[in-house]
Amino acid sequence: MTEPRLSTDELRQLYRELILDHARQPRHFGALGNATHSAEGLNPLCGDKLRLYLRVSGDSEIADASFEGSGCAISVASASLLTDTVIGMSSEQALELTDALVCRLTGGRSAQSNAREPELGRLRALEGVREFPARVKCATLAWHALRSAVANDKSIASTE
Amino acid sequence: MSSLTGMRPGAAGTADVTACRADFPALAQDINGYPLVYLDSAASSQVPMAVIDEIARYQSHDHANVHRGVHTLSHRATEVYENARTALQRFINASRREEIVFTRGTTESINLVAQSFCRPKLRQGDRILITHLEHHSNIVPWQMVCEQTGAELVVAPIDDRGDVSPDSVVALMDERVRLLAVAHVSNALGTVLPVRELAAAAHARDITVLVDGAQAVPHMPVDVQALGADFYAFSGHKMFGPTGTGVLYGREELLDAMPPYQGGGDMILEVRFDGTTYNELPYKFEAGTPNISGAAGLAAAVAYLEAIGMNLIAEHERQLLDYLTNKLAEVEGIRLLGMAPVKASVQSFLLDDIHPHDLGTILDHQGVAIRTGHHCAMPVMDRFGIPGTARASLGLYNNRADVDALTAALEKAREIFG
Repeated sequence: MTEPRLSTDELRQLYRELILDHARQPRHFGALGNATHSAEGLNPLCGDKLRLYLRVSGDSEIADASFEGSGCAISVASASLLTDTVIGMSSEQALELTDALVCRLTGGRSAQSNAREPELGRLRALEGVREFPARVKCATLAWHALRSAVANDKSIASTE
Repeated sequence: MSSLTGMRPGAAGTADVTACRADFPALAQDINGYPLVYLDSAASSQVPMAVIDEIARYQSHDHANVHRGVHTLSHRATEVYENARTALQRFINASRREEIVFTRGTTESINLVAQSFCRPKLRQGDRILITHLEHHSNIVPWQMVCEQTGAELVVAPIDDRGDVSPDSVVALMDERVRLLAVAHVSNALGTVLPVRELAAAAHARDITVLVDGAQAVPHMPVDVQALGADFYAFSGHKMFGPTGTGVLYGREELLDAMPPYQGGGDMILEVRFDGTTYNELPYKFEAGTPNISGAAGLAAAVAYLEAIGMNLIAEHERQLLDYLTNKLAEVEGIRLLGMAPVKASVQSFLLDDIHPHDLGTILDHQGVAIRTGHHCAMPVMDRFGIPGTARASLGLYNNRADVDALTAALEKAREIFG
């Protein structure tokens, strides 16, 4: 009994141009000098490690965000897209987006009601990992770190 | 010998080692529609039918607890278990069967030595000497015992090829060093260490020698006496046996003088509330009901390897490693890591700026299984300034077609990452 041969299309869905672009040239890369929040994300299985920085203003708007660290194309692209996306959002909006994305990637159900489900927009480029269970944690790593950073949780956000 | 009745001859004993591939049922499957190309034996090797059959035979006919009952099954189980010990003794040429302690694997073997041999005798300022290429399981147990005793861990360097020069290790063997703990073969780089030479230099300075043989035993003949190892640790699941099995070889006089590692049943002669008398070797170190079916499977793996011949396996893998290294070197954008002059079974590499995990996914998509990451040797990765590598590792069942499939899959990775 032979399983159907996967086509290269699935690999190309995983490694879309947008992902490769952000992996090669990550946006907002480097430490953020005047950060108010930061958290480390660690994927002990792979050794992917990144630190996420946020500058949250008095009215809880994310005025700036950046990250540094090393990881595979998926984890770096995901962190890059994260910083690009959450700047200008309120912390609450960013957490809602995190919840929606993590649920989308892991196949779980979002805690949000459908009416309030945030648009994933460009983040849908990360959906390719759904066909690659071993890589889902690479895509969610930065988002776990975002949750920790907003909560000002000093412990390292781990995918394990 | 009753423990071998389930073994089928397969291709063992023929000159062509790769014919043995047919003995490994797991290799005959498709992954993502491609024939499985298994190049991850350094992480865990596949298991031949002879081992699977022997475990099933033992569980179906002979199982009971060992060293306890007067009934027939207990007698048979004890015979299977103790015959396994003798098989392992012969396999690594230990002088006495009492020198073979069954453990859960290399990690437990090393922890046993750290806690039972080192901890009682180490004093503040004493030293344990290791090398930079050790697996975490030959680093962390020593760090723990150093913390407990005030001893220090000293690390001998490796060079840019991933090689260990004997002089650089010997130079660190001062009068404070109590133990030298070295890999026989590096799991991340494939380097074969000059263990015999290092052991001789250590013994001349009264330093005890532990060898982590996890990556050596499946690939070459090992003679613990000729090597001069005082302790030699290895795992069953890397030598075509079951997981959760392993061996600590220790010279009898050393083991004899050591306190037990764990307390419980089977490791005692007499228990009273005012004092307990410990059992003799090797049972002193085997508290609790052991992994009897695992030992049966491990003995079957030894019989399987002996039937082929370790010299033949070593020669087959030497040729195939040469082929692998040369073929990889031809791939555009490749960077080979670990180019020591004497190597076994392993080639680490990087391709362009593609992260090893991305490579691993793309290769798996084409049925090629390799290990990616730090290989539980983070200091090695730090030494080369990289987060990890892709690693292809060989077992006796691999052939040139496997290597060709790997390099073809790497070309596909370059295409995707453009």
